[in-house]
Amino acid sequence: MRLDDLINHTGEWLKGTGPYAHIVTSSRVRLARNLSSFPFPNKCSKKELDEVLETIDKAVSQIDLLKDCANLHISDLDSVDRQFLVERHLMSHDHASNPEGKGLVLSKEEILSVMINEEDHFRIQVMQSGLNLTETWKIINALDDALSSKLGYAFYPEWGFLTACPTNTGTAMRGSVMLHLPALVMTKQINKVLTAISKLSFASRGFYGEGTQASGNFYQISNQVSLGHSEEDIIQNINGLIKQIIEQEEQARQALQLQNRPMLEDKICRSYGLLKHAHIISSQETIELLSMVRLGIDMGILSDVSHKTINQLFLMIQPAHLQKIEGKKLNAFERDTKRASLIRQKLGG
Amino acid sequence: MQCDICGKKKATVHLTEIVDQQMSEMHLCEECARQKSVQMEQQFGLADLLAGLADMGSKTGTTTNKEAAAAAKTAALTCAKCNLSYDDFRKFGRLGCGHCYISFKEQLDALLKKIHGSNHHLGKMIAKTKKTVALPKNKKDDLSTLRQDLQEAIHSEDFEKAALIRDKIRDLEKKDK
Repeated sequence: MRLDDLINHTGEWLKGTGPYAHIVTSSRVRLARNLSSFPFPNKCSKKELDEVLETIDKAVSQIDLLKDCANLHISDLDSVDRQFLVERHLMSHDHASNPEGKGLVLSKEEILSVMINEEDHFRIQVMQSGLNLTETWKIINALDDALSSKLGYAFYPEWGFLTACPTNTGTAMRGSVMLHLPALVMTKQINKVLTAISKLSFASRGFYGEGTQASGNFYQISNQVSLGHSEEDIIQNINGLIKQIIEQEEQARQALQLQNRPMLEDKICRSYGLLKHAHIISSQETIELLSMVRLGIDMGILSDVSHKTINQLFLMIQPAHLQKIEGKKLNAFERDTKRASLIRQKLGG
Repeated sequence: MQCDICGKKKATVHLTEIVDQQMSEMHLCEECARQKSVQMEQQFGLADLLAGLADMGSKTGTTTNKEAAAAAKTAALTCAKCNLSYDDFRKFGRLGCGHCYISFKEQLDALLKKIHGSNHHLGKMIAKTKKTVALPKNKKDDLSTLRQDLQEAIHSEDFEKAALIRDKIRDLEKKDK
């Protein structure tokens, strides 16, 4: 598989289907694992990092579930390619910015990826469309079983899987759900919801990952606690919380509709019009407008565009994506024009 | 005035930083300033919070000589395998290897409880034949070994054995209370 092949489609997890797809874009589960015979990556010498990479690469090559995966070494990639993988949610900023000794295993549909030598020796990630954590956990658990039969994990029965950061110790599992909550934002209830979430020991961040602000009304909710509960319990807890948030968002949408449907229609249709006809557009403006269009589809106001197209656009309008599509480096102004033309093309403007 | 980082756009944000009593000024455009502030936020991240938590056990302010000596002893603790000192862990918030969990067992036991509200793993177990970090046995370890055995017995559908182990666990838990 070549990296450039990814450009023509987006991952399975963005296809806009699955339970509650009108509010939940995607579900993701991540497991952190370390080998018992090496220090954690932050204490590894260059030689040890290479050995870890080689050990894990070898195990990966022997596992059926990972048969058709691409196996990339980050130091072989140029900066646009690295950024491209970050934008696709396949690896972290940290992984891209310090590429020495780091690897990435990636399945063709982008359902599954393994970051090697990030903060831990490896981190497996599985993503699915819609609210689908239980299924996601099943897939990742099977993959973890297969890997653990080939590799000696740093594990201590009392404390579970040992990780470089004690905030991950135990199950070393993080389950996250990406939610689109425009009505809670528009009715100014979102802060109340976010405060409640943090009181329950869950974290929320933006669509574009750790350290980013929520934009486009997207919120990624994940568990903070990884020790003292089984994986299934953690997933059940997230599911329970997410279903409550979905209910709140649905009620807020209902309220918006009852209060002033013409105003809502105007806001949504203007957003759609701007996207279809603009010739220069920044990513921030695009994200806000796309969010309105997505809401328009959910509320039956727009019918000639699909969730899938809008989900894909959220990904494709980012800088490295535009540069990969164009096949060359673009400055900020060139990106803004390229972005506008890509959107016009996708929306048939 | 142009931006100190990109050198292209006009600098509209003026940042003064004081590091080790040295004052430095930076003039940035809006975009670079935003990125810089994200970086700064990330710098004050988990490690700082963890350091705060790891310190919480040791009282600040008026400490007796004995307490100060104990705190100094903790800070000087070093992992026998990777040489990470507890002090460095407090600074950077990252452990150096699996063995650190043994070297700093006492401190981590308390820290894990603060972070997670529990210091006992109830999740997935791995097959016993694999190389795992071995910790000195104590009563709790016996419990967790039993829990692991229970998982294995269930996994291999040996329910008779599983029931026996379950009863043993219950007995031990009662004694614990």
